[in-house]
Amino acid sequence: MPKTLAEKVYDAHVVRSAAGEPDLLFIDLHLVHEVTSPQAFDGLRAAGRTVRRPDLTMATEDHNVPTLDVLAPIADPVSRAQVEALRRNAAEFGVRLAPMGDRDQGIVHVIGPQLGLTQPGMTIVCGDSHTSTHGAFGALAFGIGTSEVEHVLATQTLPQYRPRQMAVTVDGELPAGVSAKDVILAVIAQIGTGGGQGHVIEYRGSAIEKLSMEARMTICNMSIEAGAKAGLIAPDETTFAFLAGRPHAPQGADWDAAVEHWRTLRTDEGAVFDREVRIDAASLAPYVTWGTNPGQGLPISGRVPDPADFADEGDRRDVEGALAYMGLTPGTPLREIEVDTVFLGSCTNGRIEDLRVAAELLRGKRIDPSTRMLVVPGSVAVKSQAEAEGLDRVFLDAGAEWRGAGCSMCLGMNPDQLRPGERSASTSNRNFQGRQGKGGRTHLVSPAVAAATALTGRLTAPADLETADLTSAGV
Amino acid sequence: MDAFTTHTGTAAPLRRTNVDTDQIIPAEYLKRITRTGFEDGLFVAWRTNEPDFVLNRPEHAGASILVAGPDFGTGSSREHAVWALMDGGFRVVISSRFADIFRNNSTKAGLLTVLLPQPEVEALWQAVEADPTTQVTVDLGSRTVAYGSTTVPFEIDDYTRWRLLEGLDDVGLTERHLADIEAYEATREPWLPTALPARG
Repeated sequence: MPKTLAEKVYDAHVVRSAAGEPDLLFIDLHLVHEVTSPQAFDGLRAAGRTVRRPDLTMATEDHNVPTLDVLAPIADPVSRAQVEALRRNAAEFGVRLAPMGDRDQGIVHVIGPQLGLTQPGMTIVCGDSHTSTHGAFGALAFGIGTSEVEHVLATQTLPQYRPRQMAVTVDGELPAGVSAKDVILAVIAQIGTGGGQGHVIEYRGSAIEKLSMEARMTICNMSIEAGAKAGLIAPDETTFAFLAGRPHAPQGADWDAAVEHWRTLRTDEGAVFDREVRIDAASLAPYVTWGTNPGQGLPISGRVPDPADFADEGDRRDVEGALAYMGLTPGTPLREIEVDTVFLGSCTNGRIEDLRVAAELLRGKRIDPSTRMLVVPGSVAVKSQAEAEGLDRVFLDAGAEWRGAGCSMCLGMNPDQLRPGERSASTSNRNFQGRQGKGGRTHLVSPAVAAATALTGRLTAPADLETADLTSAGV
Repeated sequence: MDAFTTHTGTAAPLRRTNVDTDQIIPAEYLKRITRTGFEDGLFVAWRTNEPDFVLNRPEHAGASILVAGPDFGTGSSREHAVWALMDGGFRVVISSRFADIFRNNSTKAGLLTVLLPQPEVEALWQAVEADPTTQVTVDLGSRTVAYGSTTVPFEIDDYTRWRLLEGLDDVGLTERHLADIEAYEATREPWLPTALPARG
């Protein structure tokens, strides 16, 4: 029977299958961070259990870490205690840890691919919903809770039910200035925050095939924002080229054997998807969110919606609540929304290509004087690479702040937070109320829109800048 | 995990859609390394900023069943959201749609999530708004929600139901299949990556 890519990966990992019970799935790689693991390690200790496969487990510090003075002890005692707990647990259970200051430290979903630990056809889990990022390599990767973290630590398996299959096909050419972030924001706006529930989404079509690995990661990363269990993309030459030579990628004859297997990881002709969505790439534009969930987004040429236009009472109340929280008036052009802070970073858009795109727009210019811009590389390696390319100078010369690696303002567990009422344009993944700081207001954008917005202080697409430049030149 | 068989209590009507886990408990409460004591973070922004928020209303004090709008528990995988609800006195959440990870976490920690069609949720909202003392019984054995003269069936798969009724720990169940795990491990491709040893 023809199978989808996700079904192939799932089936290859079934340890045990019995009628009336969930399947037991083997986990090839378990990524661990400080926030969702301490209670799981405590559970192991209480039951006298060990970590079954420390060799398939990798830990890092990312959510809590400060992005300034990264080599000094963490000032917040509660954050420090959590990071120290991870260090103790990693040492006690024999798990490899990339701590602050380590060359391999960074956001868990940035370092897996960077080290070559993320490979096609694997099952990958982490106590973090953005684990779907790793699906960009054709892996079945999904977020789990702390009880499941404990389960994987103890058994290297997870009880699972077979997910339903969904295809999101994006064909055609993306217009200039439209990025992977805009694609996924458009997908979520179309299918909603619950649109992918119970499904694994396979992103396919000519527009997806043309994307770089980093762009594919951006798309798969936000699958959870559409409610999906995971998102993945079939591996191809782009995938293999990205992996070749990475520290944990196979080498020599192993590489050849791996690639031969990876080439089989494609959805078969005639495989059935439970749901299919098609999107014309050429119809897409830079997207920005206006509300308090990632499905509340529009092309930047749009206007803040009017609750009165929503027929369903629940939707209307939802929009009213979102606009009240966001401090927005219906009908306002999105381009007129002024921001206080621009955040460039996160597991969605904190990789080197994201920084390059933003730096190109900022090169030789100064950001708006009343706007603060925070640039937070996704990992120490991304930071080093950017510095080797001189991107740090571009950001600093433009008036932006250049920080150390971590999750930072994506969720404000470290000191990088919005103040109450402050408004951001953020390349992260969630515009939930208070996500970036109590009372903070978030507009999700692509790296290019983030940079353009930093220059003008208002939500701005890169294409708008030429006009803006002409105006200022004429003065 | 505590077993769940049947529960009777009053219900709080949370007429909001897309209640994400950042609202259930914000990230700043996730820095703790304990598994209990998260009730202070439960819906803290709404409890602080909205005097009329349902959980601030005296008539709903002591509610142990939360009746929420669709897409409850979206966003982050934090199991702390489940712990906070349980620490806050809730044993059951009823909604017409749950985010997958939240629902999964609930079944691991012993919080029962009950899926009801939206019209049934609406009817329950109206009943508890009209009389906040309405006693609601959620019975996992018979898979029903009952209040006043109304009894509504709900679906839950047999395996999850059995685990909850018995209060069974998944790790213990899986350890019975250790031989299967070992057999699978013997078949894994040798080129699959390991995190250890670290690169030189």
